[in-house]
Amino acid sequence: MNLHEYQSKALFADYGIDVPRGQVAFSAEQACAAATALGGDRWVLKAQSHTGGRGKAGGVRVVEGLDSVAAVASELLGMRLVTHQTGPAGLPVSGVLVEEVRPIARELYLSALVDRASARILFIASEQGGMDIEAVAAEQPEAILTCSVDPVVGLQAYQTRDLAFAMNLQGAQVAALGRIMQGLYRLLLDKDLSQVEVNPLIVNEAGQLLALDAKINIDDNALYAHPDLVELRDLSQEDATEAAAREHGLSYVTLDGEIGCMVNGAGLAMATMDMVRLHGGMPANFLDVGGGTTAAKVAEAFKLILADDKVKAVLVNIFGGIVRCDLIAEGVITAVKEVHVAVPVIVRLEGTNAEAGRTMLAESGLAIIAASDLDDAASKAVEAARA
Amino acid sequence: MSILIDRSTRLICQGFTGKQATFHSEQCLAYGTQLVGGVTPGKGGTTHLGLPVYDTVRQAVSGTGATASMIYVPPPFAADAILEAADAGITLIICITEGIPVLQMMKVKNALRGYPDVRLIGPNCPGVITPGKCKIGIMPGFIHMPGSVGIVSRSGTLTYEAVFQTTRAGLGQSTCVGIGGDPIKGLDFIDVLALFQADEQTRGIILVGEIGGSAEEEAAEYIRAHVTKPVVGYIAGLTAPPGKRMGHAGAIITGGKGTGQGKVAALQAAGIAVVDSPSAMGRRMSELLA
Repeated sequence: MNLHEYQSKALFADYGIDVPRGQVAFSAEQACAAATALGGDRWVLKAQSHTGGRGKAGGVRVVEGLDSVAAVASELLGMRLVTHQTGPAGLPVSGVLVEEVRPIARELYLSALVDRASARILFIASEQGGMDIEAVAAEQPEAILTCSVDPVVGLQAYQTRDLAFAMNLQGAQVAALGRIMQGLYRLLLDKDLSQVEVNPLIVNEAGQLLALDAKINIDDNALYAHPDLVELRDLSQEDATEAAAREHGLSYVTLDGEIGCMVNGAGLAMATMDMVRLHGGMPANFLDVGGGTTAAKVAEAFKLILADDKVKAVLVNIFGGIVRCDLIAEGVITAVKEVHVAVPVIVRLEGTNAEAGRTMLAESGLAIIAASDLDDAASKAVEAARA
Repeated sequence: MSILIDRSTRLICQGFTGKQATFHSEQCLAYGTQLVGGVTPGKGGTTHLGLPVYDTVRQAVSGTGATASMIYVPPPFAADAILEAADAGITLIICITEGIPVLQMMKVKNALRGYPDVRLIGPNCPGVITPGKCKIGIMPGFIHMPGSVGIVSRSGTLTYEAVFQTTRAGLGQSTCVGIGGDPIKGLDFIDVLALFQADEQTRGIILVGEIGGSAEEEAAEYIRAHVTKPVVGYIAGLTAPPGKRMGHAGAIITGGKGTGQGKVAALQAAGIAVVDSPSAMGRRMSELLA
């Protein structure tokens, strides 16, 4: 789960990490009130949306005068942000963060994440802040600094000094970076974050370090322990079908192809997408109905897949282990009847009671295309989607 | 021979009296696994499935002589269950539970460094089976056949595909290890590859990977340097979009790292026979062992 910048900055402030003075607004009036409260005659207005690259997409604007604040806030609140991360449909803007503008002397990069290979928290820092850190890593790998934290003792002061001196910070800035890193470390552990990123971390004209941006990803598996964070969820920023799937305990990811996929098991679901592609089609989704799926879940899954009107065929691929194929067949038959499936349905059943399941499908009188293996299923699905 | 488990493995189940644990414990017993008891705190002294229930793993170990444990404890309590098993002297811990927060697994992984004899499989895995001898986990026993192929995989149902095909091809399996779909886990590909390489029964190895992390790339390097047996590789998720978690917590491409294409290239560069369809895993293994 992701947070908005303004939500992340509120958490930063709770952990002693300095952020620019600012206030979130959900209307042009609120934006003007926020600007007035901040004082001055120049402000930055930042569209609140779960994507990077907002600046390039026109979602971050420096404005002068309250009239401009109202006009730009209205414009931002009414737009959909299209960035390299959102796809062509873009994402709505849920609010506008109004912040003071101060001259920037330097832009740094700082993030912390759970490093799977070492099973430690890893800090990543760079003097090349304010740009895409992946591009920096690719073009100037020597500009990327890292620091790995032993979870037994936690982040040590020397480690923060190492990074501070390596980034040419001076005087009080060295201790300031230490405070920021300790804050991020505690925040990450307390809130079960999988990543927290500050890009850029700026040095302002007065030499102070401030988190100009803030990005937080929360470990979905840990949400049960953080009802306060669940409250911050903004469903308008999430794919509606993915959210509906989550409610039903199904794992679903929307893609832009034409072949709907229903599979048990995450690995097999990915493999099914790959096979559709290999046979010249494009998958419309990733969908794992789970190892112990039921006929009712299969029916729900059909509804989710068919809610996407790009879907021209549905490929059902089940390897029955614990789940019996005859039960899956029953679920498919019920769903096809009840949900009024109007597109071809290709079914590949293997494993426990596969023969019985195949017989049931064949005798159902429904236009279900049986497939012998995954290759056969993918090729039949691609063919059916083209017909 | 086989790896990790065989007929003599004495097993307990943590979270024994729960619904899932009960169902799968019955299946393991029916397969012939020496399940000798279970643990549910507060239910010690009772019996379940005709076996003794203990309050703590320590009591279960001293009461049954078990050396292995399978864990079905719900996610908020599973990290505690793993550490309890390690502390009680269990040396093979198989954690089926899906959904453990990654920071908890980070702490568990670091704590287990203090128990060099302990092997953890999982979490979020189907378990381990040595066909015809011992089944620990949720895999369907009947698709397996004793034989010569070692299978190691991050995915449950793709493991079943590999098993099914090698059974149909008449090759059978020495041992199948589901290492699980989480980002931080116990044994990784390399650990299992080393066991398969040293195992006489294993003649060939099927490695099933997926997007996310760098375990497949490290496995490729390891195979190049240390594995002399034929290896067939398959990687799932070549069409997965970056930044999206594909079901498994560990199956996510982040910062341009962990792509399927990168993994396929690494395996191919190490001379591994990579198949582009999961339906071809068994066939390719047959060709290599012919």
